[in-house]
Amino acid sequence: MIKETFVKPTKGKVLRILIFKEIDDLIIGSLGIVAFISFFVGGVVAIQTALNLTNPIIPKELIGFASRQSVILEFAPTFLSIIMAGKVGSFITSSIGTMRVTEQIDALEVMGINSLNYLVFPKIVAMCFYPFVIAIAMFLGILGAYVAAVYGGFTTADQFLTGLRDDFIPFHIVYAFLKTFIFSFLLATIPSYHGFYMRGGALEVGKASTTSFVWTSVAIIVTNYFITQMLLS
Amino acid sequence: MIEVRDLRKGFGDVEVLKGLNTTFEKGKTNLIIGQSGSGKTVFIKSMLGLFRPDSGKILYDGVCYSDLDFEDQRDIREKIGMVFQGSALFDSMTVEENIMFPLRMFTKMKKNEMLERTNTVIDRVNLENANHRLPSEISGGMQKRVAIARAIVNNPKYLFCDEPNSGLDPHTATVIDNLIKEITEEYNITTIINTHDMNSVMEIGEKIIFLKKGHLAWEGDKSQIFKTDNEEVTNFVYSSNLFKMVRKAQNAKI
Repeated sequence: MIKETFVKPTKGKVLRILIFKEIDDLIIGSLGIVAFISFFVGGVVAIQTALNLTNPIIPKELIGFASRQSVILEFAPTFLSIIMAGKVGSFITSSIGTMRVTEQIDALEVMGINSLNYLVFPKIVAMCFYPFVIAIAMFLGILGAYVAAVYGGFTTADQFLTGLRDDFIPFHIVYAFLKTFIFSFLLATIPSYHGFYMRGGALEVGKASTTSFVWTSVAIIVTNYFITQMLLS
Repeated sequence: MIEVRDLRKGFGDVEVLKGLNTTFEKGKTNLIIGQSGSGKTVFIKSMLGLFRPDSGKILYDGVCYSDLDFEDQRDIREKIGMVFQGSALFDSMTVEENIMFPLRMFTKMKKNEMLERTNTVIDRVNLENANHRLPSEISGGMQKRVAIARAIVNNPKYLFCDEPNSGLDPHTATVIDNLIKEITEEYNITTIINTHDMNSVMEIGEKIIFLKKGHLAWEGDKSQIFKTDNEEVTNFVYSSNLFKMVRKAQNAKI
């Protein structure tokens, strides 16, 4: 499937329109939910950390430090990618699956169009912008943590910001974006595969969406494990 | 003209098409009829290249389609128009965009030229006030007209229709049948229609092929189909009460 996606390309002008449409559907359309989840989960991370700091020797700066590490290393790239497997993944599988059962893919092929290139390639290109979504999620997650920690009275702004800057390892950002980029490829291709090769009717479209969510999540989690093992341990 | 030579296609152990040989002539409405499961859709999809035949040849004006690679097949596919059973219109596009789609993909026309050509075929299929509506907002009959308009917009040489009047009321079905026949004559194209509707046979059947369990059981025209002694064909034709009554009336006259 992957090979077919990159060969026999669709007319450039049409492809450009399709890519912009996919960016709108998959990236811009996800910003709202990503912003909402990131802000509040960031806040919860800060509150949970603060509530568990019962030992007075542990400095309050740890709230900022722990929030940064949690959000940058795991929450934004991995946890949000699993949520996106549900949102974006289901959308991709059900839209391509519906095109399959209603013979729209056959219609493309009869016209001599490489349907995999026409349908999947723009999604892969659009998902290359996914790391920008994760960057926004990182920023809003930490902002949520700041608001919850400072305005919730768990720490001062100075303590939080000091913790946020403490022991910062720039490679963690590289690691987070590298795995985000790999997840974006999984998010575009696994749901597309389940939609494109499905057979049956409306019920099967629903089943394919569920299956694609499960397999995309599994792939993200397993990939996350191996990338972490290779890059951080 | 499309020639089919010893076409065979199976799925697993089941052989669906068992060595079909026939010719579909230019400027005629060629009908493939047969009961459900007789292999009509597999036959039409094999001719279109949606299924790769196990053996045999399909020749489009003498060029063997099944021997060609994707790029060369594309040259022939650009000359094919297809009307699917469920219309297969792109949900996310308006009627106008659906019809314009083949022009956008395969021609270097400017937008105003494409619009002009689109409006010409929209008028040809008598589709009014639907340009900016989505397929979900129009009736089944209108969807069929859009599908026909999309199929003919790029001046095809071959037109395939898979049960074009299924799910339509008898009046609309007849209108669609006649529209296909008129377009076939007007554009002088090879039209192949897959149907099990005997009314279509009566209306537009210039050449009829009867499939039975993957075999070509009979071929002829609409005047011959009601006179044939072939039992499989007569069982199919007179399975409807309407045609039984017609036959009874004819016998009574004799």
